[in-house]
Amino acid sequence: MAVFRRQRSPQLFSSRPAGALRTLLMIGISIMLMVYDHETGRLKQIHAALATLVWPVQVIVDAPHSLMTWAGDKLATHRTLVTENEQLKSRLLQEDATLQQFAALQQENQRLRGLMQAAAQVSGRVSAATILSAALDPFRHMVVIDKGTHDDVYEGQTVIDAYGIVGQVTRADPLASEVTLISDPGQAIQVEVNRTGLRTLAVGDADLSELTLPYVTNSADIKEGDLVVTSGLGGHYPAGYPVGVITHFERDPAEPFAHVLARTAADLSSGHEVLLFWPAQPPPETELSPKPASSIKAAPKSGKKRP
Amino acid sequence: MRELSAPRGSWVIAASYLVALILTVWPLPQWAEVFRPAWVPLVTIYWCLWLPERVGVIIAFFAGLLVDALSGTLLGEHALALVMVAWVALWMHLQVRVFPWWQQCVVILGILALHGLVLFWVDGMLGYTAGAAMRWVPALVSAALWPWILQIMSRSQQRYHVG
Repeated sequence: MAVFRRQRSPQLFSSRPAGALRTLLMIGISIMLMVYDHETGRLKQIHAALATLVWPVQVIVDAPHSLMTWAGDKLATHRTLVTENEQLKSRLLQEDATLQQFAALQQENQRLRGLMQAAAQVSGRVSAATILSAALDPFRHMVVIDKGTHDDVYEGQTVIDAYGIVGQVTRADPLASEVTLISDPGQAIQVEVNRTGLRTLAVGDADLSELTLPYVTNSADIKEGDLVVTSGLGGHYPAGYPVGVITHFERDPAEPFAHVLARTAADLSSGHEVLLFWPAQPPPETELSPKPASSIKAAPKSGKKRP
Repeated sequence: MRELSAPRGSWVIAASYLVALILTVWPLPQWAEVFRPAWVPLVTIYWCLWLPERVGVIIAFFAGLLVDALSGTLLGEHALALVMVAWVALWMHLQVRVFPWWQQCVVILGILALHGLVLFWVDGMLGYTAGAAMRWVPALVSAALWPWILQIMSRSQQRYHVG
Protein backbone atom coordinates (compact mmCIF):
# COMPACT_ATOMS: atom_id res chain seq x y z
CA MET A 1 0.00 0.00 0.00
CA ALA A 2 2.87 2.33 0.70
CA VAL A 3 3.82 2.20 -2.92
CA PHE A 4 0.37 3.19 -4.05
CA ARG A 5 0.18 5.99 -1.54
CA ARG A 6 3.44 7.42 -2.79
CA GLN A 7 2.24 7.25 -6.39
CA ARG A 8 -1.03 8.84 -5.50
CA SER A 9 0.41 12.13 -4.23
CA PRO A 10 -0.32 14.06 -7.45
CA GLN A 11 -3.97 13.02 -7.63
CA LEU A 12 -4.23 12.73 -11.37
CA PHE A 13 -1.53 10.10 -11.62
CA SER A 14 -3.07 7.40 -9.51
CA SER A 15 -3.30 3.95 -10.93
CA ARG A 16 -5.94 2.23 -8.90
CA PRO A 17 -5.29 -1.33 -7.78
CA ALA A 18 -8.96 -2.16 -8.38
CA GLY A 19 -8.52 -1.57 -12.11
CA ALA A 20 -7.60 -5.11 -13.13
CA LEU A 21 -10.42 -6.70 -11.18
CA ARG A 22 -12.94 -4.23 -12.51
CA THR A 23 -11.71 -4.73 -16.07
CA LEU A 24 -12.00 -8.48 -15.79
CA LEU A 25 -15.48 -8.08 -14.37
CA MET A 26 -16.59 -5.84 -17.25
CA ILE A 27 -15.03 -8.19 -19.80
CA GLY A 28 -16.88 -11.07 -18.18
CA ILE A 29 -20.19 -9.20 -18.24
CA SER A 30 -19.69 -8.25 -21.91
CA ILE A 31 -18.98 -11.83 -22.92
CA MET A 32 -21.94 -13.11 -20.91
CA LEU A 33 -24.21 -10.52 -22.53
CA MET A 34 -23.04 -11.52 -25.99
CA VAL A 35 -23.46 -15.22 -25.39
CA TYR A 36 -26.86 -14.76 -23.80
CA ASP A 37 -28.03 -12.35 -26.50
CA HIS A 38 -26.84 -14.65 -29.27
CA GLU A 39 -27.98 -17.97 -27.86
CA THR A 40 -31.37 -17.01 -26.50
CA GLY A 41 -32.16 -13.58 -27.94
CA ARG A 42 -33.98 -12.93 -24.68
CA LEU A 43 -32.52 -9.58 -23.75
CA LYS A 44 -35.48 -7.72 -25.23
CA GLN A 45 -36.07 -5.47 -22.23
CA ILE A 46 -32.45 -4.33 -22.11
CA HIS A 47 -32.53 -3.83 -25.86
CA ALA A 48 -35.74 -1.84 -25.66
CA ALA A 49 -34.39 0.33 -22.85
CA LEU A 50 -31.13 1.00 -24.70
CA ALA A 51 -32.97 1.67 -27.95
CA THR A 52 -35.17 4.23 -26.21
CA LEU A 53 -32.05 5.79 -24.74
CA VAL A 54 -30.38 6.20 -28.13
CA TRP A 55 -33.60 7.17 -29.94
CA PRO A 56 -32.76 10.93 -29.65
CA VAL A 57 -29.45 10.27 -31.38
CA GLN A 58 -31.25 8.65 -34.29
CA VAL A 59 -33.68 11.56 -34.48
CA ILE A 60 -30.83 14.09 -34.46
CA VAL A 61 -29.01 12.20 -37.19
CA ASP A 62 -32.13 11.96 -39.30
CA ALA A 63 -33.05 15.64 -38.73
CA PRO A 64 -31.18 17.14 -41.72
CA HIS A 65 -32.84 14.74 -44.13
CA SER A 66 -36.34 15.16 -42.76
CA LEU A 67 -35.80 18.93 -42.63
CA MET A 68 -34.79 18.94 -46.28
CA THR A 69 -37.81 16.85 -47.23
CA TRP A 70 -40.06 19.14 -45.23
CA ALA A 71 -38.53 22.27 -46.74
CA GLY A 72 -38.81 20.72 -50.19
CA ASP A 73 -42.51 20.14 -49.61
CA LYS A 74 -43.05 23.65 -48.32
CA LEU A 75 -41.08 25.38 -51.05
CA ALA A 76 -42.42 23.38 -53.98
CA THR A 77 -44.00 25.70 -56.50
CA HIS A 78 -47.52 25.40 -57.77
CA ARG A 79 -46.18 24.50 -61.20
CA THR A 80 -44.10 21.53 -59.96
CA LEU A 81 -46.98 20.28 -57.88
CA VAL A 82 -49.32 20.37 -60.85
CA THR A 83 -46.80 18.56 -63.04
CA GLU A 84 -46.20 15.95 -60.37
CA ASN A 85 -49.93 15.54 -59.90
CA GLU A 86 -50.40 14.98 -63.63
CA GLN A 87 -47.60 12.45 -63.73
CA LEU A 88 -48.99 10.58 -60.75
CA LYS A 89 -52.48 10.54 -62.25
CA SER A 90 -51.28 9.08 -65.53
CA ARG A 91 -49.22 6.52 -63.65
CA LEU A 92 -52.19 5.58 -61.53
CA LEU A 93 -54.23 5.07 -64.69
CA GLN A 94 -51.56 2.76 -66.10
CA GLU A 95 -51.32 0.84 -62.86
CA ASP A 96 -55.09 0.50 -62.75
CA ALA A 97 -55.10 -0.93 -66.24
CA THR A 98 -52.45 -3.47 -65.23
CA LEU A 99 -54.37 -4.30 -62.08
CA GLN A 100 -57.54 -5.15 -64.03
CA GLN A 101 -55.61 -7.90 -65.71
CA PHE A 102 -54.02 -8.83 -62.40
CA ALA A 103 -57.40 -9.42 -60.76
CA ALA A 104 -58.42 -11.78 -63.55
CA LEU A 105 -55.06 -13.56 -63.39
CA GLN A 106 -55.28 -13.90 -59.63
CA GLN A 107 -58.69 -15.52 -59.88
CA GLU A 108 -57.46 -17.86 -62.55
CA ASN A 109 -54.42 -18.70 -60.45
CA GLN A 110 -56.55 -19.45 -57.40
CA ARG A 111 -58.83 -21.66 -59.48
CA LEU A 112 -55.86 -23.53 -60.91
CA ARG A 113 -54.31 -23.89 -57.50
CA GLY A 114 -57.63 -25.19 -56.25
CA LEU A 115 -57.59 -27.77 -59.05
CA MET A 116 -54.07 -28.74 -58.10
CA GLN A 117 -55.05 -28.71 -54.42
CA ALA A 118 -52.15 -26.42 -53.72
CA ALA A 119 -52.04 -23.87 -50.95
CA ALA A 120 -53.50 -20.50 -51.80
CA GLN A 121 -51.16 -17.56 -52.19
CA VAL A 122 -50.73 -15.49 -49.10
CA SER A 123 -52.18 -12.04 -49.28
CA GLY A 124 -51.97 -9.39 -46.66
CA ARG A 125 -51.94 -5.73 -45.82
CA VAL A 126 -49.02 -3.36 -46.04
CA SER A 127 -48.12 -0.14 -44.30
CA ALA A 128 -45.46 2.40 -45.21
CA ALA A 129 -42.43 3.14 -43.04
CA THR A 130 -39.50 5.48 -43.46
CA ILE A 131 -35.87 4.42 -43.23
CA LEU A 132 -34.01 6.62 -40.76
CA SER A 133 -30.72 7.82 -42.16
CA ALA A 134 -28.65 6.55 -39.20
CA ALA A 135 -25.81 4.38 -40.49
CA LEU A 136 -25.36 1.06 -38.78
CA ASP A 137 -22.40 -1.27 -38.59
CA PRO A 138 -20.68 -1.09 -42.01
CA PHE A 139 -20.11 -4.83 -42.11
CA ARG A 140 -23.78 -5.67 -41.70
CA HIS A 141 -26.56 -4.62 -44.00
CA MET A 142 -29.18 -3.21 -41.68
CA VAL A 143 -31.40 -0.18 -41.55
CA VAL A 144 -33.57 1.38 -38.88
CA ILE A 145 -37.18 2.22 -39.70
CA ASP A 146 -39.44 4.62 -37.84
CA LYS A 147 -42.10 2.06 -36.88
CA GLY A 148 -41.92 -0.15 -33.84
CA THR A 149 -44.00 -2.46 -31.72
CA HIS A 150 -46.37 0.48 -31.16
CA ASP A 151 -47.35 0.07 -34.81
CA ASP A 152 -47.68 -3.73 -34.54
CA VAL A 153 -44.28 -4.40 -36.06
CA TYR A 154 -43.05 -7.84 -35.03
CA GLU A 155 -39.78 -9.69 -35.33
CA GLY A 156 -39.50 -11.72 -38.49
CA GLN A 157 -41.87 -9.44 -40.36
CA THR A 158 -41.30 -9.09 -44.09
CA VAL A 159 -40.28 -5.68 -45.41
CA ILE A 160 -40.76 -4.88 -49.09
CA ASP A 161 -40.54 -1.83 -51.29
CA ALA A 162 -42.16 -0.93 -54.58
CA TYR A 163 -39.85 -3.32 -56.47
CA GLY A 164 -39.40 -6.37 -54.28
CA ILE A 165 -38.28 -7.90 -51.02
CA VAL A 166 -36.11 -5.64 -48.84
CA GLY A 167 -35.53 -7.87 -45.84
CA GLN A 168 -37.03 -8.79 -42.52
CA VAL A 169 -37.42 -7.12 -39.15
CA THR A 170 -34.77 -8.58 -36.88
CA ARG A 171 -35.51 -6.47 -33.86
CA ALA A 172 -38.67 -4.61 -33.00
CA ASP A 173 -38.25 -1.92 -30.36
CA PRO A 174 -41.11 0.29 -29.19
CA LEU A 175 -40.35 3.30 -31.39
CA ALA A 176 -38.15 1.91 -34.13
CA SER A 177 -37.20 -1.41 -35.64
CA GLU A 178 -34.12 -2.86 -37.16
CA VAL A 179 -34.46 -4.41 -40.60
CA THR A 180 -31.81 -6.79 -41.88
CA LEU A 181 -31.59 -6.55 -45.66
CA ILE A 182 -31.58 -9.65 -47.84
CA SER A 183 -28.10 -8.62 -49.00
CA ASP A 184 -26.70 -9.02 -45.46
CA PRO A 185 -23.93 -11.63 -45.38
CA GLY A 186 -25.82 -13.47 -42.64
CA GLN A 187 -29.11 -13.72 -44.50
CA ALA A 188 -30.43 -16.43 -46.77
CA ILE A 189 -33.77 -16.33 -48.52
CA GLN A 190 -35.72 -19.17 -50.10
CA VAL A 191 -36.23 -18.33 -53.76
CA GLU A 192 -37.40 -19.84 -56.98
CA VAL A 193 -36.57 -18.92 -60.53
CA ASN A 194 -39.78 -17.52 -61.96
CA ARG A 195 -39.27 -18.95 -65.48
CA THR A 196 -38.53 -22.53 -64.51
CA GLY A 197 -39.67 -22.95 -60.93
CA LEU A 198 -36.19 -24.02 -59.86
CA ARG A 199 -35.95 -23.60 -56.12
CA THR A 200 -32.80 -22.61 -54.34
CA LEU A 201 -31.35 -20.23 -51.77
CA ALA A 202 -30.15 -16.67 -52.27
CA VAL A 203 -27.49 -15.55 -49.81
CA GLY A 204 -26.23 -12.04 -49.14
CA ASP A 205 -22.61 -11.02 -49.56
CA ALA A 206 -20.49 -7.93 -48.98
CA ASP A 207 -22.12 -6.02 -51.86
CA LEU A 208 -25.25 -4.10 -50.90
CA SER A 209 -27.19 -4.78 -54.10
CA GLU A 210 -26.00 -8.26 -54.91
CA LEU A 211 -27.01 -11.76 -53.90
CA THR A 212 -25.22 -15.05 -54.42
CA LEU A 213 -27.07 -18.24 -55.35
CA PRO A 214 -24.53 -20.77 -54.11
CA TYR A 215 -26.50 -23.99 -54.63
CA VAL A 216 -27.36 -23.98 -58.31
CA THR A 217 -26.01 -27.01 -60.15
CA ASN A 218 -24.01 -26.69 -63.34
CA SER A 219 -26.80 -28.40 -65.23
CA ALA A 220 -29.51 -26.06 -64.01
CA ASP A 221 -31.66 -24.23 -66.53
CA ILE A 222 -30.95 -20.65 -65.60
CA LYS A 223 -29.76 -17.66 -67.57
CA GLU A 224 -28.96 -14.02 -67.16
CA GLY A 225 -32.04 -11.86 -66.87
CA ASP A 226 -34.15 -14.50 -65.13
CA LEU A 227 -36.38 -13.12 -62.42
CA VAL A 228 -35.96 -14.69 -58.99
CA VAL A 229 -38.94 -14.58 -56.65
CA THR A 230 -39.59 -15.76 -53.10
CA SER A 231 -40.71 -19.37 -52.93
CA GLY A 232 -42.39 -19.01 -49.55
CA LEU A 233 -40.64 -22.11 -48.26
CA GLY A 234 -39.71 -21.92 -44.64
CA GLY A 235 -42.58 -19.57 -44.00
CA HIS A 236 -40.43 -16.51 -43.43
CA TYR A 237 -41.32 -14.60 -46.56
CA PRO A 238 -44.59 -14.58 -48.50
CA ALA A 239 -44.32 -16.41 -51.83
CA GLY A 240 -44.14 -14.75 -55.22
CA TYR A 241 -42.43 -11.45 -54.43
CA PRO A 242 -39.49 -10.40 -56.61
CA VAL A 243 -36.09 -10.87 -55.00
CA GLY A 244 -33.69 -10.14 -57.82
CA VAL A 245 -32.60 -10.60 -61.40
CA ILE A 246 -29.82 -13.00 -62.41
CA THR A 247 -26.86 -10.95 -63.61
CA HIS A 248 -24.18 -13.58 -63.84
CA PHE A 249 -24.24 -17.30 -64.51
CA GLU A 250 -21.03 -19.20 -64.99
CA ARG A 251 -20.68 -22.96 -65.16
CA ASP A 252 -17.58 -24.29 -63.50
CA PRO A 253 -17.09 -28.01 -64.21
CA ALA A 254 -14.52 -28.24 -61.45
CA GLU A 255 -17.06 -27.23 -58.82
CA PRO A 256 -20.27 -28.96 -57.82
CA PHE A 257 -22.23 -25.74 -58.17
CA ALA A 258 -22.30 -22.95 -60.70
CA HIS A 259 -21.31 -19.37 -59.92
CA VAL A 260 -24.56 -17.39 -59.92
CA LEU A 261 -25.09 -13.77 -58.95
CA ALA A 262 -28.28 -11.72 -58.82
CA ARG A 263 -28.98 -8.03 -58.47
CA THR A 264 -31.61 -7.26 -55.86
CA ALA A 265 -34.96 -6.14 -57.23
CA ALA A 266 -35.57 -3.81 -54.28
CA ASP A 267 -33.69 -0.54 -54.15
CA LEU A 268 -31.53 -1.33 -51.14
CA SER A 269 -28.83 1.28 -51.48
CA SER A 270 -30.78 4.50 -51.91
CA GLY A 271 -34.38 3.73 -51.01
CA HIS A 272 -35.96 5.74 -48.25
CA GLU A 273 -39.50 4.41 -48.09
CA VAL A 274 -40.35 0.78 -47.39
CA LEU A 275 -43.52 -1.19 -46.81
CA LEU A 276 -44.19 -3.47 -43.87
CA PHE A 277 -46.14 -6.60 -44.74
CA TRP A 278 -48.73 -8.29 -42.50
CA PRO A 279 -49.95 -11.61 -43.87
CA ALA A 280 -53.74 -11.95 -43.76
CA GLN A 281 -53.55 -15.43 -42.31
CA PRO A 282 -50.67 -17.48 -40.95
CA PRO A 283 -48.55 -18.74 -43.85
CA PRO A 284 -49.77 -22.16 -45.04
CA GLU A 285 -47.57 -25.21 -45.05
CA THR A 286 -45.81 -24.53 -48.27
CA GLU A 287 -43.34 -27.34 -47.70
CA LEU A 288 -46.00 -29.80 -48.77
CA SER A 289 -46.77 -28.20 -52.12
CA PRO A 290 -47.11 -30.77 -54.91
CA LYS A 291 -44.23 -29.58 -57.09
CA PRO A 292 -41.30 -32.00 -57.31
CA ALA A 293 -38.83 -30.99 -54.66
CA SER A 294 -35.82 -32.32 -56.55
CA SER A 295 -34.59 -28.86 -57.36
CA ILE A 296 -34.02 -27.93 -53.74
CA LYS A 297 -30.30 -28.16 -53.25
CA ALA A 298 -30.11 -27.26 -49.61
CA ALA A 299 -32.29 -28.03 -46.67
CA PRO A 300 -34.53 -25.12 -45.69
CA LYS A 301 -32.66 -23.15 -43.10
CA SER A 302 -35.24 -22.95 -40.39
CA GLY A 303 -38.28 -24.54 -41.86
CA LYS A 304 -40.88 -23.71 -39.27
CA LYS A 305 -44.09 -25.57 -39.91
CA ARG A 306 -47.15 -23.83 -38.74
CA PRO A 307 -50.50 -25.54 -38.38
CA MET B 1 -9.46 11.84 -4.39
CA ARG B 2 -13.03 12.99 -4.90
CA GLU B 3 -13.19 14.43 -1.40
CA LEU B 4 -10.42 16.86 -2.30
CA SER B 5 -12.14 18.41 -5.28
CA ALA B 6 -15.65 17.67 -6.37
CA PRO B 7 -15.82 16.33 -9.94
CA ARG B 8 -16.56 19.13 -12.33
CA GLY B 9 -17.77 19.23 -15.88
CA SER B 10 -19.37 15.80 -16.10
CA TRP B 11 -21.63 17.24 -18.77
CA VAL B 12 -18.59 17.85 -21.00
CA ILE B 13 -17.74 14.15 -20.84
CA ALA B 14 -21.37 13.26 -21.55
CA ALA B 15 -21.53 15.77 -24.41
CA SER B 16 -18.33 14.39 -25.94
CA TYR B 17 -19.86 10.92 -25.94
CA LEU B 18 -23.10 12.23 -27.42
CA VAL B 19 -21.20 13.89 -30.27
CA ALA B 20 -19.17 10.72 -30.79
CA LEU B 21 -22.35 8.63 -30.97
CA ILE B 22 -23.95 11.02 -33.45
CA LEU B 23 -20.83 10.92 -35.64
CA THR B 24 -20.82 7.13 -35.39
CA VAL B 25 -24.21 6.84 -37.08
CA TRP B 26 -24.07 9.97 -39.24
CA PRO B 27 -25.06 8.88 -42.77
CA LEU B 28 -22.15 8.63 -45.19
CA PRO B 29 -22.08 7.49 -48.80
CA GLN B 30 -21.56 3.77 -49.18
CA TRP B 31 -17.93 4.03 -50.31
CA ALA B 32 -16.98 6.32 -47.41
CA GLU B 33 -18.44 4.01 -44.81
CA VAL B 34 -15.19 2.13 -44.14
CA PHE B 35 -13.25 5.36 -43.65
CA ARG B 36 -15.41 6.45 -40.73
CA PRO B 37 -13.14 7.09 -37.72
CA ALA B 38 -13.86 5.12 -34.57
CA TRP B 39 -15.23 8.16 -32.72
CA VAL B 40 -16.36 6.52 -29.49
CA PRO B 41 -13.04 4.68 -28.93
CA LEU B 42 -11.16 7.92 -29.63
CA VAL B 43 -13.18 9.84 -27.04
CA THR B 44 -12.76 6.97 -24.58
CA ILE B 45 -9.00 6.93 -25.12
CA TYR B 46 -8.76 10.68 -24.57
CA TRP B 47 -10.65 10.64 -21.27
CA CYS B 48 -8.84 7.52 -20.06
CA LEU B 49 -5.48 9.17 -20.74
CA TRP B 50 -6.23 12.54 -19.23
CA LEU B 51 -8.91 11.85 -16.67
CA PRO B 52 -8.33 8.25 -15.63
CA GLU B 53 -9.96 8.69 -12.22
CA ARG B 54 -13.23 9.78 -13.84
CA VAL B 55 -13.50 7.72 -17.00
CA GLY B 56 -12.56 4.07 -16.99
CA VAL B 57 -13.74 0.65 -17.98
CA ILE B 58 -17.24 1.10 -16.55
CA ILE B 59 -18.07 4.19 -18.59
CA ALA B 60 -16.44 2.50 -21.58
CA PHE B 61 -18.70 -0.51 -21.05
CA PHE B 62 -21.89 1.55 -21.00
CA ALA B 63 -20.78 3.64 -23.98
CA GLY B 64 -20.19 0.35 -25.79
CA LEU B 65 -23.69 -0.85 -24.96
CA LEU B 66 -25.09 2.35 -26.48
CA VAL B 67 -23.00 1.79 -29.62
CA ASP B 68 -24.34 -1.76 -29.80
CA ALA B 69 -27.91 -0.53 -29.51
CA LEU B 70 -27.30 2.11 -32.18
CA SER B 71 -25.43 0.03 -34.71
CA GLY B 72 -27.40 -3.18 -34.42
CA THR B 73 -24.54 -5.37 -33.31
CA LEU B 74 -24.71 -8.11 -30.72
CA LEU B 75 -25.31 -6.64 -27.27
CA GLY B 76 -21.90 -6.54 -25.59
CA GLU B 77 -19.76 -6.61 -28.73
CA HIS B 78 -18.70 -2.96 -28.75
CA ALA B 79 -18.87 -2.98 -24.95
CA LEU B 80 -16.17 -5.65 -24.85
CA ALA B 81 -14.04 -3.86 -27.44
CA LEU B 82 -14.32 -0.54 -25.60
CA VAL B 83 -13.50 -2.10 -22.24
CA MET B 84 -10.30 -3.43 -23.81
CA VAL B 85 -9.56 0.01 -25.26
CA ALA B 86 -10.11 1.71 -21.89
CA TRP B 87 -8.05 -0.90 -20.12
CA VAL B 88 -5.00 -0.46 -22.36
CA ALA B 89 -5.37 3.33 -22.28
CA LEU B 90 -5.54 3.36 -18.47
CA TRP B 91 -2.62 1.01 -18.22
CA MET B 92 -0.40 3.20 -20.44
CA HIS B 93 -1.72 6.63 -19.57
CA LEU B 94 1.36 7.84 -17.68
CA GLN B 95 3.71 6.98 -20.52
CA VAL B 96 1.47 8.09 -23.38
CA ARG B 97 0.85 11.54 -21.89
CA VAL B 98 4.50 12.52 -22.25
CA PHE B 99 4.94 11.00 -25.70
CA PRO B 100 5.40 13.32 -28.69
CA TRP B 101 2.33 13.45 -30.92
CA TRP B 102 3.58 11.01 -33.54
CA GLN B 103 4.38 8.42 -30.90
CA GLN B 104 0.91 8.92 -29.46
CA CYS B 105 -0.49 8.27 -32.92
CA VAL B 106 1.34 4.95 -33.04
CA VAL B 107 -0.07 3.97 -29.64
CA ILE B 108 -3.58 4.98 -30.73
CA LEU B 109 -3.13 2.90 -33.86
CA GLY B 110 -2.20 -0.08 -31.72
CA ILE B 111 -5.14 0.36 -29.35
CA LEU B 112 -7.61 0.78 -32.20
CA ALA B 113 -6.17 -2.23 -33.97
CA LEU B 114 -6.97 -4.19 -30.82
CA HIS B 115 -10.47 -2.66 -30.90
CA GLY B 116 -10.92 -3.74 -34.50
CA LEU B 117 -9.53 -7.17 -33.72
CA VAL B 118 -12.05 -7.75 -30.94
CA LEU B 119 -14.92 -6.68 -33.20
CA PHE B 120 -13.59 -8.83 -36.04
CA TRP B 121 -13.22 -11.78 -33.70
CA VAL B 122 -16.82 -11.53 -32.47
CA ASP B 123 -18.13 -10.89 -36.00
CA GLY B 124 -16.11 -13.83 -37.27
CA MET B 125 -17.74 -16.12 -34.73
CA LEU B 126 -21.12 -14.89 -35.95
CA GLY B 127 -20.13 -15.54 -39.56
CA TYR B 128 -19.62 -11.93 -40.65
CA THR B 129 -16.28 -12.34 -42.35
CA ALA B 130 -17.03 -10.29 -45.46
CA GLY B 131 -14.89 -7.20 -46.00
CA ALA B 132 -12.15 -8.39 -43.67
CA ALA B 133 -9.46 -6.50 -45.56
CA MET B 134 -11.13 -3.16 -44.81
CA ARG B 135 -11.28 -3.73 -41.06
CA TRP B 136 -8.01 -1.89 -40.44
CA VAL B 137 -8.99 1.28 -42.23
CA PRO B 138 -10.91 2.89 -39.33
CA ALA B 139 -7.90 2.40 -37.03
CA LEU B 140 -5.58 4.07 -39.55
CA VAL B 141 -7.95 6.98 -40.18
CA SER B 142 -8.53 7.47 -36.45
CA ALA B 143 -4.83 7.40 -35.60
CA ALA B 144 -4.16 9.95 -38.33
CA LEU B 145 -6.85 12.20 -36.86
CA TRP B 146 -5.53 11.89 -33.30
CA PRO B 147 -3.53 15.20 -33.17
CA TRP B 148 -6.68 17.17 -34.04
CA ILE B 149 -8.88 15.18 -31.68
CA LEU B 150 -6.32 15.81 -28.95
CA GLN B 151 -6.36 19.56 -29.63
CA ILE B 152 -10.15 19.84 -29.66
CA MET B 153 -10.64 17.67 -26.61
CA SER B 154 -7.93 19.24 -24.46
CA ARG B 155 -9.12 22.73 -25.36
CA SER B 156 -12.66 21.95 -24.33
CA GLN B 157 -11.38 20.24 -21.21
CA GLN B 158 -9.43 23.34 -20.20
CA ARG B 159 -12.14 25.73 -21.23
CA TYR B 160 -14.84 24.03 -19.15
CA HIS B 161 -12.46 23.07 -16.32
CA VAL B 162 -13.26 19.39 -16.46
CA GLY B 163 -11.43 17.73 -13.62
